[in-house]
Amino acid sequence: MRPRRAIPLLAAFILLACADAAWADRIGDLSQTDWREQAKRFITLRDPAVRYALAGSVLLGMSCGLLGGFIVVRKMALFGDMLSHAVLPGVALGFLWNMSKDPVAIFVGATLAGLLGAAAVTLLRRTTRLKEDTALGIVLALFFAVGICMVTRIQSLPQGNKSGIDKFLFGQAAALGADDVRLMAIVTALAVVLVCAFYKELLLTSFDSAFAASLRLPVAALHYGLMLLLAFAVVVALQAVGVVLVSAMLITPAAAAYLLTDRLHRLLLYAMLFGVLAGVAGAFVSFLGNNLPTGPFMVLAASTVFALAFLFSPRHGVVMRWWRRRAQAQRIQRENTLKAIYHVLEVRGFAHAHSVSLHELAARRQCAPDAARDEVMVLARHGLARLQPSSGTIDLTQTGWQRACEIVRNHRLWEWYLAHQVSIAPDHVHADAENIEHLLGEEMVCQIEHSLSGAGATSDPHGRPIPSRADMQRPFGTRAAADVVDTKGRMP
Amino acid sequence: MNTLLPAFDFQQVFIEPWTANAASSVWIVAMGFFVATACGLVGNYLILRRMVLVGDAISHSVLAGIAVAFLLSRSRSSGAMFVGALVAGVITTLLIEAIHKRTRVKQDSAIGITFTTLFAFGVVLISLYGGKVDLDQECVLYGEISNVPVMAAPLPAALSRVAAQVPVLKDAGIFWRGADLVAPPDVLRMAGVTLLVALLIGVFYKELLASSFDPGLAFSLGINATVMHHALMAALSVVVVSAFEAVGAILVIAMLILPGATSQLLSQRLPVILGLTVLHAALSAVLGLHLGTWLNCSIAGAMVVAGGGLFGLAWMFNTRDGIICRWARRSQQRSEAVPPA
Repeated sequence: MRPRRAIPLLAAFILLACADAAWADRIGDLSQTDWREQAKRFITLRDPAVRYALAGSVLLGMSCGLLGGFIVVRKMALFGDMLSHAVLPGVALGFLWNMSKDPVAIFVGATLAGLLGAAAVTLLRRTTRLKEDTALGIVLALFFAVGICMVTRIQSLPQGNKSGIDKFLFGQAAALGADDVRLMAIVTALAVVLVCAFYKELLLTSFDSAFAASLRLPVAALHYGLMLLLAFAVVVALQAVGVVLVSAMLITPAAAAYLLTDRLHRLLLYAMLFGVLAGVAGAFVSFLGNNLPTGPFMVLAASTVFALAFLFSPRHGVVMRWWRRRAQAQRIQRENTLKAIYHVLEVRGFAHAHSVSLHELAARRQCAPDAARDEVMVLARHGLARLQPSSGTIDLTQTGWQRACEIVRNHRLWEWYLAHQVSIAPDHVHADAENIEHLLGEEMVCQIEHSLSGAGATSDPHGRPIPSRADMQRPFGTRAAADVVDTKGRMP
Repeated sequence: MNTLLPAFDFQQVFIEPWTANAASSVWIVAMGFFVATACGLVGNYLILRRMVLVGDAISHSVLAGIAVAFLLSRSRSSGAMFVGALVAGVITTLLIEAIHKRTRVKQDSAIGITFTTLFAFGVVLISLYGGKVDLDQECVLYGEISNVPVMAAPLPAALSRVAAQVPVLKDAGIFWRGADLVAPPDVLRMAGVTLLVALLIGVFYKELLASSFDPGLAFSLGINATVMHHALMAALSVVVVSAFEAVGAILVIAMLILPGATSQLLSQRLPVILGLTVLHAALSAVLGLHLGTWLNCSIAGAMVVAGGGLFGLAWMFNTRDGIICRWARRSQQRSEAVPPA
């Protein structure tokens, strides 16, 4: 839909929604909810809780996408998973500080726990024979178990029961308050500023840490700085996404972005965009129902984005690659048909050019006449040939003729090159040339032609003439027989 | 803060579980032991094959299979659960391979994307329809091991008659309800799975050993590595799903890794490692019960924390490369390096 048409429609929708009756103040007050009503509440943004949830989703999408980009290119995805589980005891500790959901205390506790987990992994790697994956798994599971013990302990306390600390496990964006959003905004801004300030250093250490070290960049310090920022991102996303699934918000949007671009700054931008998209979509969907957890919906939205990129990314998408491969296979098929027509003509010395019949083509292609007819129809659809319905003979168009000459020329040039420059026996060069003829670029052709004319040769190792540029420009069927006939070089 | 740690009452923490509450404690410890043993035995091979994170992924993503099986069969029948979990496990491995072989996304990211997606899918299904089946989010996270004894059901009468002849069993009141021998079916099932895992490891010991340590040698001996891999994955799915009810989908990872990692710090011989795994499982189940009773928190979580404590001890004090020994050796070397005055 064009924006010009969409704006009045949206405005009408908002007006309609505003004209509606009274609103329930808190989301928890509603026991029965209608999804249409809820959608209206979400889009009109009249509810402060909705505004906070939306702002929170945007902020967490930004910070997770930004840091997730580095995680994915540094192959540290499972480190992010560890970090996201390891913050749970810190959350519980922050909660215990004064038995309330104080955002600052929880932020500090969770960051400390995350850094402690990262340090524990490093220590385990240094002092034992355990491999990296085992070390990550131990820290993840142990910290999470400690966190679970603390959370269940808090819930068994009289004042902890209604604390909402269980909301940290799967996330509840609707539970975000003004203080939470303010803290999230500050941390996200800090992360963005730091990444911008140290962009060049982070880029270099991510892709070539040895080179970075040779430039005397503090590689280890940058690594730990990134860990800190990562812990920040995890903590920002915690309340809306939940401990268990934060790692998905780090990995999935960034992996989708990784399929779309090769440049790190674009990857980070796309990842942030996808993160925001997934966050808002997840918040919206979970808002439609009553008290649904936010995290899983955000993760499913992010996974949908990834699935789309996986299938349809222009360069790396599976469907796109399949499509490209199919198109190439069809092109090769067409070119082989053209080449066969050229060969038929060449065998009869280019006499009676307009009278190549389907039977001759079928014999040359070693297929049934019906199959040959199909091939010619495909050529006709691409404007390369015409089939005369009355006589059943094939006529190449000018483009078709040029392409046929090109393919034969590529083939024979390559044979000549292999035989004379690479010194491969002439009876071994055909198979290779059969493949390369469809792929040879203009530049390569010029180079071989240059050395060909330098050597004064005009025919391939089997003695057949190589079509020249002048031949290609000639109209189909008017070719001078004297140019080409070399009776020695009949087709093998 | 002081309310977090309740007063330590030796009577309540260490005596009562085995006197007043013995009927439940025995089954909780038995369940914990069987879960930790089955997971630990399979986990050993995961660690050796550096596939810990695949275990992590499968233990998360069986949730989707379990949720779908619940919704389709409308019951907690274990057959449907097993099928659902196996299918989810297979889908996980296939998706991971598809993503990392067909695109340039690396394997670690592929694992992360796959299991979080399936896990999120499972959680969404449970939160949308969970009220209709007996399954909730807390159960997903840390299980309901303390509910295990409640579900004790009578065993076949013939078994009761046989057991009544055995003097030790006859006097143990916890196994009896009237004239019936009772046991929680979950514990029996887990015991069966544990025995099965132990049996399979015993039968295919040589094949597993060769393919875990030296795939080249295994190949030359005619061992099919792909079959071994998929068999291990299938065993992993079965173990994870049968442990699911007791310890939830996430603490299972701890059960998979901790026993194996601890014993691999202590020994380099596979038979010794497997034995230590069982010992670790038993110790962490008993200690976990006491810890959980003291702190009044999730007992499954407490078992993992106890297992983690044992890991910490092994890390500190093992005689080959424990932190203490290292430090002692280093200071000894340093003193030896000083030339005598």
